[in-house]
Amino acid sequence: MISYKVLIPDVQELVDQSMPRERSSHRQVPEGYVYTQYHPMEEIYQWMTQIQKSNSELVTQHYLGKTIENRTMYYLQISQPSDKTKKIIWMDCGIHAREWISPAFCQWFVKEILQNYKSDPKISRFLQNLDLYVLPVLNIDGYIYSWEKDRLWRKNRSPHMNGTCYGTDLNRNFNSSWGSIGVSYNCSSEIFCGSGPESEPETRAVAQFIERKKSDILCYLTIHSYGQYILTPYGSTTKPPSNSEELMHVAEEAAAALMGKYGTSYKVGSTSLILYSNSGSSRDWAHMIGIPFSYTFELRDKGTHGFVLPPDQIQPTCEETTLAVTTIIDYVDQKYFPAGAVMLTSSSLGLSLCLIVVLTWTIS
Amino acid sequence: MDQEDIDDVGHKYHLELVLEDVLDKDSTVNCTAEVLYHLANKSIAPDVQFTIEGELKNTDEADNIFYNRIKSLEKELVAANIPDSHGNVSPEMEPIHLLAWVASGYVIWQNSTENTKFQLAQIKHVKQVKRSDEYLQFDYMILLHEMVSQEIIPWQMTVLWHPQHGVQITQDSRQPKHASE
Repeated sequence: MISYKVLIPDVQELVDQSMPRERSSHRQVPEGYVYTQYHPMEEIYQWMTQIQKSNSELVTQHYLGKTIENRTMYYLQISQPSDKTKKIIWMDCGIHAREWISPAFCQWFVKEILQNYKSDPKISRFLQNLDLYVLPVLNIDGYIYSWEKDRLWRKNRSPHMNGTCYGTDLNRNFNSSWGSIGVSYNCSSEIFCGSGPESEPETRAVAQFIERKKSDILCYLTIHSYGQYILTPYGSTTKPPSNSEELMHVAEEAAAALMGKYGTSYKVGSTSLILYSNSGSSRDWAHMIGIPFSYTFELRDKGTHGFVLPPDQIQPTCEETTLAVTTIIDYVDQKYFPAGAVMLTSSSLGLSLCLIVVLTWTIS
Repeated sequence: MDQEDIDDVGHKYHLELVLEDVLDKDSTVNCTAEVLYHLANKSIAPDVQFTIEGELKNTDEADNIFYNRIKSLEKELVAANIPDSHGNVSPEMEPIHLLAWVASGYVIWQNSTENTKFQLAQIKHVKQVKRSDEYLQFDYMILLHEMVSQEIIPWQMTVLWHPQHGVQITQDSRQPKHASE
């Protein structure tokens, strides 16, 4: 018997270590970005640029508009190359400046999709039919103000009354029963609805874009904190929307999926019935213009830490919320793109018409 | 929960609720309560009657450690922004934060109506005031979040505390909106 000694237990490992860090071609997210911390706007801008660069086959960054202080609003489009006609899921975060967990979630969600779209069958299935449009921070000026001046700032930063008071509540500024209930006309109020529907550039940027794409948008999600709710339309009336039963059913499934992760309990229901009445919200507006699945998420917690949610809750909050959101997207996908069904696209329709012509000609 | 209207008096709510320990989410206590909101005079705090089923956790040891630590400080404690913008509370400020939670509960009760929902959002600043008796005194400026109006309201409160005698709010007053800046 030849005596021997293992000098190198795993040569491959050594080889790998000696090679320059050539990442697998499916490396999806920028190195070193910490998703379990809150990030200032400057870093979120850089993150968006990075995420597009390192995922150019899937992610593109697009101009949406300008804020009142002239900052640029971008959204990310996650879209698998395909010649099929696809539908759209819209999600915005950070319409209220102080709800820091909301932009943190949008970033986490994008990261999750990019990391897992190849390995997670659910994600890869819905990405065949659906494009995801994500606006990580809607109220950019307000978000920056909450970092630099006042942590609990809510509204945008538009000046009123000759600069004696600032800010419109962007979620009271949409053109849905504007100014009718749960608002204030006083610009010093936190729920000031603005000088008119869509008076604010941030509102107009979102509304005009969605209006243009509305026939393709199946689902509108807007992420807030706090309270642990999934809210359905409407806030402006207690009269239920026509698809109220289905909206509730899907939200309940989402809440159940969310609870499955860490046991966090969410309440589901119509805004005016389980929270309070409000008018001019983006959720009401999106549903009123015909987007069937429109929801507000109010993330953790129920008030113990409120807006100032400790960083150790970012990860669990984002994980559980991702489950809820993908549950909704999955439902929408299955409903509009049932398994096995073949969409009759214009090109396949054209081809079959040609065949018919050819066949007819041959026979005659 | 159910609600009854009592003619010329107000609305009474019968509640069954579960109290959760902020520091230990698995530690819960069942509680029943009756809350009466007065009709006639809105400036009167609602009447609250409650029964706790079971025992609250004993905190004597932590209370004494905190008490002795503060008593032994050479200079009076002063602090601001608890938690900080990111939600962090340093371990030595944790009891100061807990005391503000408890004390704000009193202010919230005294100022609640059927149409409000207050939560403690942040301690803007707190300073200890030296006393000749055995109590610890803290003057707080807290920020309360009211859910329906979405307002952030600065509220000043003077809090006395002693491990054996509990918490007293000797004075509190709502401040104008920009008082905390």
